[in-house]
Amino acid sequence: MKYITEFRRSELAEGLISHIKRSSKTPARFMEFCGGHTVTIFRYGIRQVLPQNIEMVSGPGCPICVTANADLDKAFALAQIPDVIIATFGDMLKVPGSRSSLQKIKAEGAGVMTVYSTMDALKAAEDNPDKPVVFLGIGFETTAPTVAASILQAEERGIKNYYVLSLHKLCPPVIRALLDAGEVELGGLVCPGHVSTIIGSHPWEFIANEYGIPCVVSGFEPLDILQCVDMLVEQVEKGQSKVEIAYRRGVRPEGNRQALKLMEQVFEPCPARWRGMGEVADSGLKLREKYRRFDAEANFELKPGPVAEPAGCICGDILRGVKKPADCPLFGKVCLPESPVGPCMVSSEGSCSAYYLYGEGRGG
Amino acid sequence: MEDKILLAHGGGGKLAHDLVEKSFVRTLANPLLDKLDDSAVFEVSGKLAFTTDSYVVSPMFFPGGDIGKLAVCGTVNDLAMSGAKPLYLSLAFIIEEGLLLSELEKIVNSVRAAAGEAGVEIVTGDTKVVPRGSADRLFINTAGVGVIAEGVDITGDKAQPGDKVILSGAIGDHGIAVMSQREGLSFATTLKSDCAPLGGLVADMLKVSQNINCLRDPTRGGLASTLNELAGQSKVSIRIEEKDIPVREEVLGACEMLGFDPLYIANEGRLVAIVPAGDADKIIKAMKKNKYGRDAVIIGEVVAKPAGRVVMKTVLGAYRIVDMLVGDLLPRIC
Repeated sequence: MKYITEFRRSELAEGLISHIKRSSKTPARFMEFCGGHTVTIFRYGIRQVLPQNIEMVSGPGCPICVTANADLDKAFALAQIPDVIIATFGDMLKVPGSRSSLQKIKAEGAGVMTVYSTMDALKAAEDNPDKPVVFLGIGFETTAPTVAASILQAEERGIKNYYVLSLHKLCPPVIRALLDAGEVELGGLVCPGHVSTIIGSHPWEFIANEYGIPCVVSGFEPLDILQCVDMLVEQVEKGQSKVEIAYRRGVRPEGNRQALKLMEQVFEPCPARWRGMGEVADSGLKLREKYRRFDAEANFELKPGPVAEPAGCICGDILRGVKKPADCPLFGKVCLPESPVGPCMVSSEGSCSAYYLYGEGRGG
Repeated sequence: MEDKILLAHGGGGKLAHDLVEKSFVRTLANPLLDKLDDSAVFEVSGKLAFTTDSYVVSPMFFPGGDIGKLAVCGTVNDLAMSGAKPLYLSLAFIIEEGLLLSELEKIVNSVRAAAGEAGVEIVTGDTKVVPRGSADRLFINTAGVGVIAEGVDITGDKAQPGDKVILSGAIGDHGIAVMSQREGLSFATTLKSDCAPLGGLVADMLKVSQNINCLRDPTRGGLASTLNELAGQSKVSIRIEEKDIPVREEVLGACEMLGFDPLYIANEGRLVAIVPAGDADKIIKAMKKNKYGRDAVIIGEVVAKPAGRVVMKTVLGAYRIVDMLVGDLLPRIC
């Protein structure tokens, strides 16, 4: 079995699309939580092929986009400490905080290196024993286990100059906060695929049970999304609300126990700031006391300065699903991929970037 | 210990002379180069095409080629994309001290092989050696000249509504092959760079039709950026069909893993041709007979509006914009 072309076959897609069209009778708004899903939806034009009954809205599932400026500023302040090497995934480089970006700080001479995995960051620490290497821990449940593994490795190998700035975020608590705020009425949720490979499908049960919203975990290929929408439509039409998995090749109901164990061992939940949503209880991860010596926040004095938000940018509203990128006066005019104002235009998984790159709201 | 390039190799003295003599002139021998004058002197008649390029690829050796082959192919292809028959190239090497002599020789041998295949001669050159840290092992700069036959007029602003868009083969092989070797990212793949000289392919195309409007090799920025350039220069819109664009399963897999779109991955042995609809079939037929055009295929057509924009029909039958590459996707792939 092939894992890519098989999930992009147009004849199978046609079958699914016509099935969705036949079965969908009730108007419904589905939110795709995850930025990866947003990209697939735009890259393949999925909104265009769905019946008018179904409205898709994008959610806050882009880790870079939801990182608050106050936290970004902390990372940039760290980068400006002499000798500190910041190790980060490449997509963080361009993200603007209150005053600067890693890209600019790097050009000014700060130690910023792009890594492809946490183990590369650990290796950088080993290779530069006289310099503190700080990994920017930005991501959801998907990335947290690999960061946990790097900390355990650092401990085992006696690496003393490795640190993590933990800005990790947890998805189920923020979805609860979003639903409690009651700003968007949802008829179904496309649950994140990669996050669910780690946490499984059980953590979404509360959405179906307490809020009565159908949930389906989806993969990232066009056929995955179409199958997911088809399953959501079926629940809507039958008046059901349960959690189903349309991504069986990646997700088990109980998740990845090994990864969860690693996460649990190293991190504990803490309140976290989300762009557009403010502080959400238990939606972040901080290092446990036992691993304090790897915690960048505990070991460096950070003076990030006052927080500033870009004037006119509505990324916060977009992340909550309240507004769409085209509602933003800056979108496509001042805020462009080459000169982004807000993080949703910077990140490859950001809604504004996906809308712009694939042409939604640009005509033609 | 293995012989290495020293600063003195660029100093103009005996070592430098020997290096030029043994490593370059002997390998790349031809009457114009062998004279070792300050300039290569030759006669040409007709319209001249003249181009320059620099090569900084990292790593220097990658599956399917190396920086030497890349330098020749890249320059030859730039000439060929103007419809020129490539003739003569210059080569300037900027070497970081410490480069293994054996590596340099391997690269010069690749230059010879690629130039031989492309039917061009290296007629002039230069060598500089810089201190460690001032360059990354080896950079190559080239220039190239070629002649354009009577009646051939190929430029980026000639695409007309109704024209067909031809692609010479699968996209993304070069970028992914180089990427697979990069430090910190290395992954196993059987993929090889598509790096190849395309002068012969273009000559075969021109034999069956002199009406080719645009030719371009989709290098940095990939197919997407090339099509956007052509749509912009010609003030037309280009419509392509996702299902018709050949991409190898290995490239798709690597792109998924790395979060890239194959449309933006570099190629070094592919070309895009925009041709009148009536000539498309015979051009494709001619291309398929050449080993570098075996998988040639029509991927779309030119329409009038919206001018400057590339639109793709996805496998789901929906439409989306295909934009220029913004920023740097894969650093130093050529």
